[in-house]
Amino acid sequence: MTLIGWAQIAFVLALVVTTAVPLGRYTAAVADGRLGFLRPVEAGLYRAAGVDPAQGMGWQRYVLAMLALNAAGFLLLYALLRAQAWLPLNPAGLPGLSPWLAFNTAISFVTNTNWQAYSGETSMSHLSQMAGLAVQNFLSAATGIALALALTRALAAGGVQALGNFWADLVRITLYLLLPLALLLGLLLVAQGVPQTLSAGATLDGGAVLPLGPAAFQIAIKQLGTNGGGFFGVNAAHPFENPTAITNLLQLWAILAIPFALTLTFGRMVGDMRQGWALFAVMMLFVVAGTAITYAAEAAGNPLHILAGLDPADGNMEGKEVRHGIALSALWAVATTGASNGSVNAMHDSFTPLGGLVPMFLIQLGEVLPGGVGSGLYGMLVFVLLAVFIAGLMVGRTPEYLGKKIQAREVKLAMLAVLVVPVCVLGFSAVAAMLPVALASVQDAGPHGLSEILYAYSSAAGNNGSAFAGFGADTPYMNTTLGIAMLLGRYAIIVPVLAIAGSLAGKPRAPASAGSFPTHGPLFVGLLCGVILILGGLQFLPALFLGPIAEHFALMAGQTF
Amino acid sequence: MWNLLRPALVMLGGFTLLLGLIVPLGFTGVAQALFPQAANGSLIVQEGRVVGSDLIARRMEGPAWFQPRASGSDTGAAPSNLGPTSAALLEAVRARAEGQRDVPADAATASGSGLDPHVSPANAARQAAWVAEARGLPRAQVEALVDRHTEGRLLGFLGEPRVNVLRLNLALGAP
Repeated sequence: MTLIGWAQIAFVLALVVTTAVPLGRYTAAVADGRLGFLRPVEAGLYRAAGVDPAQGMGWQRYVLAMLALNAAGFLLLYALLRAQAWLPLNPAGLPGLSPWLAFNTAISFVTNTNWQAYSGETSMSHLSQMAGLAVQNFLSAATGIALALALTRALAAGGVQALGNFWADLVRITLYLLLPLALLLGLLLVAQGVPQTLSAGATLDGGAVLPLGPAAFQIAIKQLGTNGGGFFGVNAAHPFENPTAITNLLQLWAILAIPFALTLTFGRMVGDMRQGWALFAVMMLFVVAGTAITYAAEAAGNPLHILAGLDPADGNMEGKEVRHGIALSALWAVATTGASNGSVNAMHDSFTPLGGLVPMFLIQLGEVLPGGVGSGLYGMLVFVLLAVFIAGLMVGRTPEYLGKKIQAREVKLAMLAVLVVPVCVLGFSAVAAMLPVALASVQDAGPHGLSEILYAYSSAAGNNGSAFAGFGADTPYMNTTLGIAMLLGRYAIIVPVLAIAGSLAGKPRAPASAGSFPTHGPLFVGLLCGVILILGGLQFLPALFLGPIAEHFALMAGQTF
Repeated sequence: MWNLLRPALVMLGGFTLLLGLIVPLGFTGVAQALFPQAANGSLIVQEGRVVGSDLIARRMEGPAWFQPRASGSDTGAAPSNLGPTSAALLEAVRARAEGQRDVPADAATASGSGLDPHVSPANAARQAAWVAEARGLPRAQVEALVDRHTEGRLLGFLGEPRVNVLRLNLALGAP
């Protein structure tokens, strides 16, 4: 590790903290419908859809509206991917996708996962990228933020039924938050060298073709919306996706900016900024700790490669780009997995065992550190409810959060939401580790092979999208099971969360008294960290010992596979 | 049912039109007008021929040229994705290090994209000796050229020191 490396990391995180304050305030204004510079577009959409934006929805209607949009989005994207060969804006003449791959990819983008079992430049027409994938990048991100706002409103108000109007939330978040930021970021990326053209590619002297396309705009929204799906197969390691130190910095900021800012939006909406900062602090503690471990492991390098003659000062450069270096590749790995983004600027499969353990573990902790846009906040609030419940058990009082009583129904639903990811990851991985058809996808022998399986199902169930990419994911078995894991990891969490919101919304908010357990300050931050580690992480430890930790000791002993 | 489906279909259709066609096509027009060079792949044109891109490695075979980093595949944009305990990876690293000590790590490992346009200054300095010999040039002359093509960190700390291999080879010219 070097001082300059830490200065780079500190600079990015300082930028995220500084912008979180205004961005959080702005998002609260968007949520309250206080912005209107695109009123004609907004009003036109409401009129055509027959929607009254002022009409509140109960939790069931809110969920149904969300599911209807997502289901329609899945069908349209599936059709588009299958039919792209006959549609316009396909200059490279690419064929339609196989049913398995189209199924997997459509689920992947609708659920904000952006797991990619394909390489964009050799599989996707410009129309599929622009009008299919990028549109879902916007809508899945707006869906996540809308759900987080609904839960926030349930906590902020007392004795109401309505959680807001899903369509109004969707439209406002898309038009006033995501679109302006994506245009601005996209333009900065183009200026730095990210292509934005409708041509299929440039033919070099000698006949080689460099694939090009309308990449910059899509990359801007994929980072801001914690989607992560690359325009090119190797994602943000590709020099066209991420050509300079400036694009690396901008994209790192974009991965973390909105998820962190939403905690402050939450604080503002519930009328107590300290509540938002407490969640912010928990998220930031994990990001800093995770970065320290990954950076240390990658900077130390691979002992066998050093014995083979590599300069020990250089660290592990396999799968990394010279222009990004070790420090910001480590921070990126932590940010993209902590934030449920899933884009990569270095190949996680080639990280050292402990350097690769951290990204996998951050996904397994439930994608709340800081998690996806919206999904990170509502996932974190589920852990908060469990933390106050556990604190209540310890002192023998009825647990409360923001003056609302947390009772059996909320705790049961919260446990249900927290159990979805471990059941999916461990269940699917256990089956895959025994099935020859699944094992054919594994690239590396030894414990690293198990890590590849574990990482794939963690990424799918956590709606992350990054991979130990040596894993061959484009098979019917993997496309199907990973698709199911993505669906469960999204909707089997959303429905209980919104049910919690419905149940909390109707409860009155009692003012804080001397007997209330304060949910801000260092004591609560520490408790919440512990609950996330124990409830979110403990069940993965046996699997992690068989995978990355066993591999670490094998490496120390000089064993290869 | 229609109460639910109508907004879903209208919103999906409306946003697909707006965010999937109108905005990105308009954005492409603006990008092409403002940054034509950057928006089209930062291509390098010499005497009317497109010889490469500033951003993408292009291998020139032979000892007279500086070599970019290894790729995970022979066909271009691919990392190796080999894990840290991979015997195949260790074998490849050993072969590239050629039994020497303190080899710059980027000289013996494959990059993340397989298209990394840069090498570290240490890697370029190591290659300068061979290139000078193959070309019959004084070593100091090649090293001075490497120095001129070494880019530093932005503001002294952002990014990494690096040498663009294609630009360096083009400056060297045909042997």
